[in-house]
Amino acid sequence: MRKTTLFTLDTPYREPLSICAAEFGAPDAPRSIAVVGSTRGNEIQQTFICAQLIERLSAAEERGLLAQDARILVIPSANPFSMNIGERFWPVDHTDINRMFPGYDAGETTQRIAAGLFEAVKDCDFGISLGSYYLPGDFLTHVRVTHANAISDESLQLADAFGFPYVVSRTPSSFDTTTLNYNWQVWNTHAFTVLAKETDTINQRTATYVQNGILRFMNAMGFVQSRSMGGSLAVHIDESDLVDVRSESAGGFFLRNVESGERVVEGQTLAVVADGFDGHVRETLRAPVTGYVFFSHTAPLINQYTIAFKLVPEVA
Amino acid sequence: MIETVFSAELPVGEHLLIQKNRIVGTGGPGPRIAIVTGVHGDELEGQYVAFELARRLKSALHLLSGTVDIYPAVNPLGINSIQRGMPLFDLDLNRTFPGNGNGPMAETMTAAVMDDIRGADVCVDIHASNIFLREMPQVRINELSADQLVPLAPLLNVDFVWVHASATVLESTLAYSLNSAGTPTLVVEAGVGMRITEEYGRRLTDGILRLAAHLGAWKGDFYSAPEPIVSHDGEVSYLNAEHAGIFLPRAKHATVLHEGEVVGIIADPLSGDVVEEVRSPRAGLLFTLRAYPIVYPGSLLARILGDIQ
Ligand SMILES: [Zn+2]
Repeated sequence: MRKTTLFTLDTPYREPLSICAAEFGAPDAPRSIAVVGSTRGNEIQQTFICAQLIERLSAAEERGLLAQDARILVIPSANPFSMNIGERFWPVDHTDINRMFPGYDAGETTQRIAAGLFEAVKDCDFGISLGSYYLPGDFLTHVRVTHANAISDESLQLADAFGFPYVVSRTPSSFDTTTLNYNWQVWNTHAFTVLAKETDTINQRTATYVQNGILRFMNAMGFVQSRSMGGSLAVHIDESDLVDVRSESAGGFFLRNVESGERVVEGQTLAVVADGFDGHVRETLRAPVTGYVFFSHTAPLINQYTIAFKLVPEVA
Repeated sequence: MIETVFSAELPVGEHLLIQKNRIVGTGGPGPRIAIVTGVHGDELEGQYVAFELARRLKSALHLLSGTVDIYPAVNPLGINSIQRGMPLFDLDLNRTFPGNGNGPMAETMTAAVMDDIRGADVCVDIHASNIFLREMPQVRINELSADQLVPLAPLLNVDFVWVHASATVLESTLAYSLNSAGTPTLVVEAGVGMRITEEYGRRLTDGILRLAAHLGAWKGDFYSAPEPIVSHDGEVSYLNAEHAGIFLPRAKHATVLHEGEVVGIIADPLSGDVVEEVRSPRAGLLFTLRAYPIVYPGSLLARILGDIQ
């Protein structure tokens, strides 16, 4: 493993921002894969997953288990600058680096950061980014493929190799055109976004589970010999198949009965919204279908019109 | 009459409210004109326009035919707490249009705003740059709607009209969504974030009355500014910082520069050195100038409009 610096940016009053990568294999190897942990300062679990992945890949390298003709890049954080001061987005102007791809090296600051990262990873055959959702909450770990172009169909099939329970295909909306995942595909990289259960907290057990999935994928694509614990037979769904459960009539305390990943039956109480003044139940959120909790709001407070859960129906 | 466009219950004893002032003239039937501002919570120039326009209309209702709806705060929580985006999510509301009535709260909110404005004869969405840059009053128009909007834009008393290329990511703005829905919508950028420039506000207020008069809705007085410059992307130069430090402007905003003229310097307070001297790459109008001193490599310092007489 070599630690390399992909990009640096001078900043006022602080050390320069550095985007660092763990690099395995020759820089000019014919096959390559990149894993990007975080582009936002609150993606701590994503950064942690990559840090441990570097440790596991280093151990594999010492034992001669990495392919000789391949290069692996792992970038735990493209935005340590925000993480170190507890900010999610770029602290100066609140722009999101993951809305700046492919970047522009003569443009605004976050466009330059995106360009610096993209330049280093755009020619990889495979790209994995560990993202987070715009709604805060927990997920059932899954891999998603945004349908950008013709390469996406093959990517969807390859995504099975992660062995996560769900492969989600997503129809891009206007903002997708500026994400890392989408732009990788424009450059003909097979791009996958892995959504881990947590974002701003570390869970070592689920971190290992996500690393196992990434190593399973790397094993299947011939980058590393790994016998990660067997994964799931993936179910393919479209993002539009998910059923939302929303707080329709009230805001208040959010008292939750279920976790992401749990099976729930139609009519089951998933959570209640309790009054912020006297605590009485204002609204009961029930499962409209039998299925699995795919996403769950986890904050203790909830506003009216908040998507509290997304369920995968058991029967299509 | 004050009306509520959207209401959502917050967790503890409060509602998020988007309100509008519906001013109906007594001069007979006429068009509906929507004036929107406060999509970005750190932009306050439009607050003055909302106040001044309502004040002038209310004092002369007999001169107004039709309806003027004034929406001072599409992002009330942001304005209230000095945040550009919507608090809790740090979400830029101008990336959530046209919204979704069955989606998350922010999208439900923007869908309600869309539904309320849709069908107006014209809409003006007033922005005030951001806290970093000071802008001359200008109308920005997506090239896709240029045919319809370029003839209307000069009525707003701006200094110039910038017709810019369309970008997929801009499809989620209020203006794009309304224009797509058939409601002609002009975006004004003027002044600087977190401040009110009353001179600009008065000009824009007169400009809105001038637009109303053009549509047959206003029979009162208004000031008419000289014809603005109409420009396209190719005529605009961007000056970005190449070094970190403090930016000290040396040229005056809203003046015409010659090629090579010093726009400003970037200084390092620790070493006492000037680390960069920023010069204009062309002769032209300095219509955007940095107002916030701290810069990173990439920070926008100025925009210059070339090819002007
Ligand atoms: Zn704005």
